[in-house]
Amino acid sequence: MEIAFIIEDSLTGLMTGGVYALIAVGIVFVFRATKVFNFAHGTVMMVGAYFYHTITVVLGDLGIGSWAIYVIGLPLALLVSALFGAVIERVVMRPMLGQNPFAMIMVTIGLISVLEGGAAIIWSSNAYYPPALVGLNIDFVGGLAINRQMFASFLIAAIVFATIAALFLKSKAGVAIRATASDQSTAYAMGINVPGVFSITWMVAAGTGALAGILLAPLNSLTPSLGAVGLSVIAVVILGGMDSVIGVLLAAFLVGWLEAMTNHFLGGDFKEIVPYVVVLVIILIRPYGLLGTPDVERV
Amino acid sequence: MLIGDYKSTYAADEAIFRVWPVRFGLAALLVALIVLPFAANSFIVFLATQVAIYTVAITGLNILTGYTGLISLGHGALVGVGAYATAIFANWLGLPFWAAIPVAVVISSAVGLMFGLPSLRIRGLYLTIATLAASFIIIFVIEHWSSVTRGDSGITLAPASVFGVELVSDAQKYALIIPIAILAVLFAQNLFRTRVGRAFIAIRDSDYSAEIIGVDITRYKLLAFALGSAYAGLAGSLWAYNFLALLPTQFELQLSIVLLAALVVGGSARSLGPVFGAVFVILIPEFLKWIFGFLTPLSPTIVEYTAPANTITYGLLIIVFMIFEPMGLAAIWTRFWRYINLWPFSP
Repeated sequence: MEIAFIIEDSLTGLMTGGVYALIAVGIVFVFRATKVFNFAHGTVMMVGAYFYHTITVVLGDLGIGSWAIYVIGLPLALLVSALFGAVIERVVMRPMLGQNPFAMIMVTIGLISVLEGGAAIIWSSNAYYPPALVGLNIDFVGGLAINRQMFASFLIAAIVFATIAALFLKSKAGVAIRATASDQSTAYAMGINVPGVFSITWMVAAGTGALAGILLAPLNSLTPSLGAVGLSVIAVVILGGMDSVIGVLLAAFLVGWLEAMTNHFLGGDFKEIVPYVVVLVIILIRPYGLLGTPDVERV
Repeated sequence: MLIGDYKSTYAADEAIFRVWPVRFGLAALLVALIVLPFAANSFIVFLATQVAIYTVAITGLNILTGYTGLISLGHGALVGVGAYATAIFANWLGLPFWAAIPVAVVISSAVGLMFGLPSLRIRGLYLTIATLAASFIIIFVIEHWSSVTRGDSGITLAPASVFGVELVSDAQKYALIIPIAILAVLFAQNLFRTRVGRAFIAIRDSDYSAEIIGVDITRYKLLAFALGSAYAGLAGSLWAYNFLALLPTQFELQLSIVLLAALVVGGSARSLGPVFGAVFVILIPEFLKWIFGFLTPLSPTIVEYTAPANTITYGLLIIVFMIFEPMGLAAIWTRFWRYINLWPFSP
């Protein structure tokens, strides 16, 4: 019986890992393209989840049935979040273009406070449970209890992650983003619209972040502090290596699984500290991550 | 008008307080600080003490972030380590304040050093993330090591006592804390005229170049961590003796962000910066409380928005100052006095 529980918890952990990967891809994307490590990604995700919450409440008031959540609610929430990401990029990050990394990091740290406080004022700090995309039922598969919402989250996250990764590698916009990432001035010279690339990456990051937020909110409850998940996902990004999409995916599963195992053996309190211990160990042993390439810096 | 800056000795050229208006201003400030507890009500005295404690903490962050260029998101947690170490040693061993404070300083310094070790291998962003992790781990330990720290229910300690007099009133605590804070700020001011301070600045500006001209980067980065954390510990210790009761949640990430905001707003890599920053972050909540006081009759529930409004203001300050005045209030202050000095001829 004990083993069944461990397997069950492992599955839960791997599924959470899927959502982590979805969050992490936003951080990696923005970092690759703009060289900004976005500490505020978690809070952007939280705001996206609130957009979804508000839209579903409005739809509910209009008396439109639950199908509208999929047809109108979800796409609209993702669109609004993407626009929100573009606005942040344009208003806050664009003026910092060309500044040193110190200033950029400080600005994203400032954003954490602004968005968290803003959410608390607009939506109050009460906990909400926006409607889950899939029912919160528990299914039994061969004696293992599996949370349906979690499984669906995992599937959605995996599909979106794969799509984004494929677009990044194959599409024209993806090539533009990678060109900008490897050399900004040359990208400019080759006629790539670099500020446009920045806008797109922020929109993609905010959109995927919002989706992750929408998947997490019904399980974790939606409060202004949902953004803290984004801080623990930093561990995933570092563990995977900042320039490796596959590395991030593996790291997300690993961190999710480690959290679940800690939860199983030591209890829920210790679970929240796992990502931070992981990140410290990784930074000490292998700062460029599992599959990342070591930084070579020219002076 | 102050035209020319005539000096005839090297000592005069190296002096910290070079011209008479600065010396006069400093003397006036000292007199004001001495008179304050007799002239002002206890709330003002309490706020001034708070400013002093924050000034010490931000000065430590200034050494680490402003001068050495290592962004720390764990400074608030290190203040917590100092505060808890003070409370624990004062409770367990009954140490008097003059022994508990140095012990707390040494302990926070050691903890800071431990989390600074990654800085040997890594720089910039990774280091910020390491300090972020440190912040969460430290708070977790404080919350869960209940047998020592009493966990979530918080810890209390006996007031500091000098020659049998317990320091309980705001004016008494002020008299203990202000002189220590002034000494701490002066020490930091002097540090950046020494070999060590110059090495910190060289590392910030370009660590490879610093290494080439013979700065032992490893040693000086760790020293910066030790010093910055020692200041955090001192601030925590004073914090403990000022409040006499501590909760782990006071030292969470939010405090670290507030300290960073203060540093950016006040002006990093300037000795006056932390002072301005501390005044600013202490006054903002009071100012907002005052404004919300006017708004309450209009809508009684508006008080609920005070805490989020604080959070937003701190964040906005970081962003606005980073975009428009990255050198902070200290730079504005310098420009202002330059303008006055050159007055009829200033542009």
